[in-house]
Amino acid sequence: MGARYFGAAVKRLEDPKLITGRGQYLDDIPMPGVLHVAVVRSPHAHALINAIDASMARDHAGVVAVLTAADLGEMAQKPMPMMAPAPMVKTPLTQSPLANGSVHYVGEAVALVVAESRAVAEDAAAMVMVDYDPLPAMVDLAHALKDGANLANKALQSNLAGTLKGGFGDVAGVFAKAAHVFKETLSLHRGGCHAMECRGVMARPDPAGNRIDIWSSTQSPYMVRRALALCLGMDEASVRVTAPDVGGGFGPKAVVYAEDYAIPMAARHLGRPLKWVEDRGEHFVATTQQRDQLWELEVAADAQGRMLGVRGHCLHDNGAYLPYGVVLPVTSMSSFPGPYALEALEISLDVIYTNMVPNTPVRGAGRPNTCFVLERLADRVARELGIPREDVRRRSFVQASQFPYETGMKARDGSPVSYDSGDYVQCLDLAVAKFGSDFKARQDKARAEGRYIGMGIASYVEDTGLAPYEGATIRVQPNGKVLLLTGAAAQGQGHKTVFAQIAADQLGISPQDITVEAGDTSLFPLGIGTIASRVAVTGGSSVHMAAVETRAKAIKVASQVLEAQEADLVLEGGFVKVSGTDRQVSLGQLALMLHGNFGQPLPAGIAPGLSATAFYEARQTTFANGTNLCEVEVDIETGAVKILRYVVAHDCGTLINPMLVDGQIRGGVVHGIGNALFERMIYDENGQPQTTNYGEYLLPLATEMPRIEIVHMESPSPRNPIGVKGAGEGGTIPAAACVISAIEDALSPFNARLKSHPVSPQDLVQLVDQG
Amino acid sequence: MKASAFAYHDPKTVQELNSLLGSLENVRILAGGQSLMPMLNMRYAFPDHVIDINHIADLAELAMTPAGLRIGAMTRQRIVREHPLVLQHAPVLAEALHWVGHVQTRARGTIGGSLCHLDPAAEQPCIAALYDAVLHVSGPRGARDVPMRDWVVSYMTPNLEPDEALLGLTLPVWTTQGQNVGHGFHEFARRHGDYAIVAAAALVSLDAGKVVRRAAIALAGVDVKPVRLDIAEQALLGQVLDHDLIATVSAMAATIEMMEDAHITPAYRGRLAQTMTKRALTDALNRATGGRNV
Amino acid sequence: MSELDHAQTTRHIRVTVNGVSYERDVLTRTHLGDFLRQELGLTGTHLGCEHGVCGACTIILDGQPIRSCLMLAVQADGAVIRTIEGLAQADGTLHPVQEAFWDKHGLQCGFCTPGMLTTLAAVLEADPTMDETAIREAISGNICRCTGYETIVDAALQAASRMRGGH
Ligand code: FES
Ligand code: FES
Repeated sequence: MGARYFGAAVKRLEDPKLITGRGQYLDDIPMPGVLHVAVVRSPHAHALINAIDASMARDHAGVVAVLTAADLGEMAQKPMPMMAPAPMVKTPLTQSPLANGSVHYVGEAVALVVAESRAVAEDAAAMVMVDYDPLPAMVDLAHALKDGANLANKALQSNLAGTLKGGFGDVAGVFAKAAHVFKETLSLHRGGCHAMECRGVMARPDPAGNRIDIWSSTQSPYMVRRALALCLGMDEASVRVTAPDVGGGFGPKAVVYAEDYAIPMAARHLGRPLKWVEDRGEHFVATTQQRDQLWELEVAADAQGRMLGVRGHCLHDNGAYLPYGVVLPVTSMSSFPGPYALEALEISLDVIYTNMVPNTPVRGAGRPNTCFVLERLADRVARELGIPREDVRRRSFVQASQFPYETGMKARDGSPVSYDSGDYVQCLDLAVAKFGSDFKARQDKARAEGRYIGMGIASYVEDTGLAPYEGATIRVQPNGKVLLLTGAAAQGQGHKTVFAQIAADQLGISPQDITVEAGDTSLFPLGIGTIASRVAVTGGSSVHMAAVETRAKAIKVASQVLEAQEADLVLEGGFVKVSGTDRQVSLGQLALMLHGNFGQPLPAGIAPGLSATAFYEARQTTFANGTNLCEVEVDIETGAVKILRYVVAHDCGTLINPMLVDGQIRGGVVHGIGNALFERMIYDENGQPQTTNYGEYLLPLATEMPRIEIVHMESPSPRNPIGVKGAGEGGTIPAAACVISAIEDALSPFNARLKSHPVSPQDLVQLVDQG
Repeated sequence: MKASAFAYHDPKTVQELNSLLGSLENVRILAGGQSLMPMLNMRYAFPDHVIDINHIADLAELAMTPAGLRIGAMTRQRIVREHPLVLQHAPVLAEALHWVGHVQTRARGTIGGSLCHLDPAAEQPCIAALYDAVLHVSGPRGARDVPMRDWVVSYMTPNLEPDEALLGLTLPVWTTQGQNVGHGFHEFARRHGDYAIVAAAALVSLDAGKVVRRAAIALAGVDVKPVRLDIAEQALLGQVLDHDLIATVSAMAATIEMMEDAHITPAYRGRLAQTMTKRALTDALNRATGGRNV
Repeated sequence: MSELDHAQTTRHIRVTVNGVSYERDVLTRTHLGDFLRQELGLTGTHLGCEHGVCGACTIILDGQPIRSCLMLAVQADGAVIRTIEGLAQADGTLHPVQEAFWDKHGLQCGFCTPGMLTTLAAVLEADPTMDETAIREAISGNICRCTGYETIVDAALQAASRMRGGH
């Protein structure tokens, strides 16, 4: 068997329908008799609800119902379960499907208006009179733990949800003996995911009330099924959840939201199919966001600029609730020490409640945060010691000879964190080589002309292929075509194509002969979700295992049919052939045989069906890594930043489809550039969001984005059968750090110090003026 | 995000428009829709009546008249930007339109719509100010002309009575014989197609010795209305235009009073006003002396 | 608005979409994007913001790319419209921009794609000599969160070349 498709830039199987307008996203699914829902949302960041008067709304022509938590029963009033329980949190707060007596951020769902059209539902939503008692809002993270700070929730004694601590080594000793110790205060700001398709939920109860079909624009259909079945007290088999074509996810669509509960509950209550489609205004206030953190850190380095230790403290804003427990701060914590072989580390992280939209992972989760602070520290060491920034990294990295490398940190299950494979120095060198060695000369020349260009650098390590598992079924059909079923749905990543590539090589067929169905809970029994750069590893490995098993079965049966030795058989062009002869049997014929006929036993020792199901359980994490370099020019008259070049050296193990990996990297980098330069979700002191449309909240556009030059290194992971590591977030994680590093370098004649992002042109002009 | 209900009217003539304006309450006029439609969809505007003026044919005319270049309010930005008369007589308008929105919004958006929406940083009102444009208004009580200096009443509010509509404007373009006219337009926006933070437009007319015989500089984004930089215009007159002079007069842009909002400081606006003025004047100088007559 | 009568809030319109003519009664408040999607079932046109910034809703109206969320359906009376569903030929032959998006991985989730394709089809049909700068400007009103734009630009350049008769 040769690898014809695995590793090749195969054009996507997903594309023909998507480029012709035949995709079927949630709002495209025809649903006879469907009613439309508008959600009444809190206009206050923190308030008690005294009463809700929906009488005028109910009387509006075309309105079918106005439903509050009280109307939908006890489960609608109870806090939703945390998606990742966090025993360390003393006062765990999650919202209820509809507000139950109080609201804790602008945008929290209060009531549903059900009507014949969305427009009518919106008309009536404005007529629902909610009597609020506004309470002081907690929005200032820096003061959240100070005396007299407003409390984000009446249930709290303090805004502190909990403190995470992590580290290793003799921190005091390392800092005491270090040649240099530098201190930094750094911060990051929140943005949103801004998938181009907003969220949406549609639910269709059966007339008898025994079953419900749910469509959700989600990254985690199985989590939605689990949550709904438990909440509604139904069998999982009676709750079918489908993720149709999903127009981008980027993390926040992995959350099971209030609407994921409330819409199916309301549909059952009314016995009618209901649809709610989030509009962009709602997306700004009702879809989770991320990245607000304030850091105080110190780094210890030796005289040569090798980083020896880091210690620090972080205030982490998790917004009004903990829908995903403390997963987000945990990813920040567990991303230390990054690519650096530190002798000692001590980090504490206070998880804070505020009256803003809850936070859950957005592309990169807590990793871009940790990367930003570590890379700022590395740049600081380089500057203070007057050595090239890449040398601090080369000297401080985990070295190739050290793999597998135990960092000293503990994984979520308490086991030691162990980096599996790679050569971080070589990967950095690849980036440096691609970038070229003439930068310094060009920078000097530019400065002589009054132009300010700078080079940025950022390196990272990313834990990918998160536990526990994904699975796949491969079934050869009597027509010779293959059905591949899995729980791992996609939101644009191209899972169908890569899964088909993996299976095609094993089965000796073309990917076009494989139909992949993903994200429908009625087709495959179990799944987790498409998050945390995990599906190539978990889903891909399970597909590989199922394909290997199917292949073995085909060979076993064919050896009987063809009366040949198994060792002489090859799979090619849809046939099992006796090599060197013209004897063959098609996969379709074998499948037909194994489907069985009345009264005829199957061959002894062969189970029915030319098919196999496999689950890949991720027992150990795989670690991708990379280094980015970029070049920017800052116009010191306006503060404008232009990214002139962007180079990525990236190692995500064995590549399944380099074209698709490049796509993940490019999209990820641009998301990170957005975080560095454009995206700023502003709240005023009362917790009112100020940037709630695309005129106010700036996403990266084609005119400002650079080309992204990519070099791959392939260090196969020894921890899964196909050697892959995840690639979904590696673009985003270092990008903001890299751009900020470049701006600081460009403005070094002004002694500019960049300590946060996003940076605006106005901020940069101020730095220039102070310099 | 769906508009609230309204009655729709589509007059075919100015007379029909006037009589609708005279008889209806709580009206919004729908021109190219690029500003009003978002406000309707987001329910920032709740009109009872929408009067669509896309069907009034004479409102989309563009012609040279003795008073200058007359542009109907409903002329699409795409058409204005490519129109031979604009390119010949007011190329700075075409240049400014390069910065306005995107290909899809310019295909529908109109010059009249922009002049009525009046975003403080918008390019088209800035050009109208540059030329001391005259705006032609009509209503059931008759027609009137409003000079651009009197057009902006307050933040995003034009000098229009509730029953009036803008029909078009006239740009008294420069027809200076024997002199070299040059133009420049620069703006600073966060991204291509965004409203500017600050924009500057410049027109200069130079004699053979590069002496400034006429000058106009207009800034957008420094106040609720486009501002003519009179002090700088005065300082240019009679002087030989060179880079030192440009530097001197551009600095005046930073000295005028700047509006303030939650996100942009007056100091930063001032800096941008200076920089954009300098760049616009530099382009104008280069064009005037590069032999390219406007 | 209760006093508004039916005649003022409903209109009868005729439009030609992808070569097919349709006649429908429409509510005057309905924007063209909703009309295409809900009344005509042409759900290939996507709504990403409904306030005129994302470009997902772009269609080609009388030859020009426009945002269908920024136009009332009633205003399209008499118009000739092309949507994403009408870019390929009747026999299924893809438009060069569609072909190029497939070749160059110009899409991931595909949600922005109809708007990208209609915009590029319109501007490249008008001018297939566009270079990278012109192409980036032409799609500066179309937001894509997935691709980082580079492969979209590459696809557009390939399509432009094919439309000029190259390969
Ligand atoms: S939906 Fe029309 S521009 Fe976004
Ligand atoms: S492909 Fe997903 S938004 Fe462009």
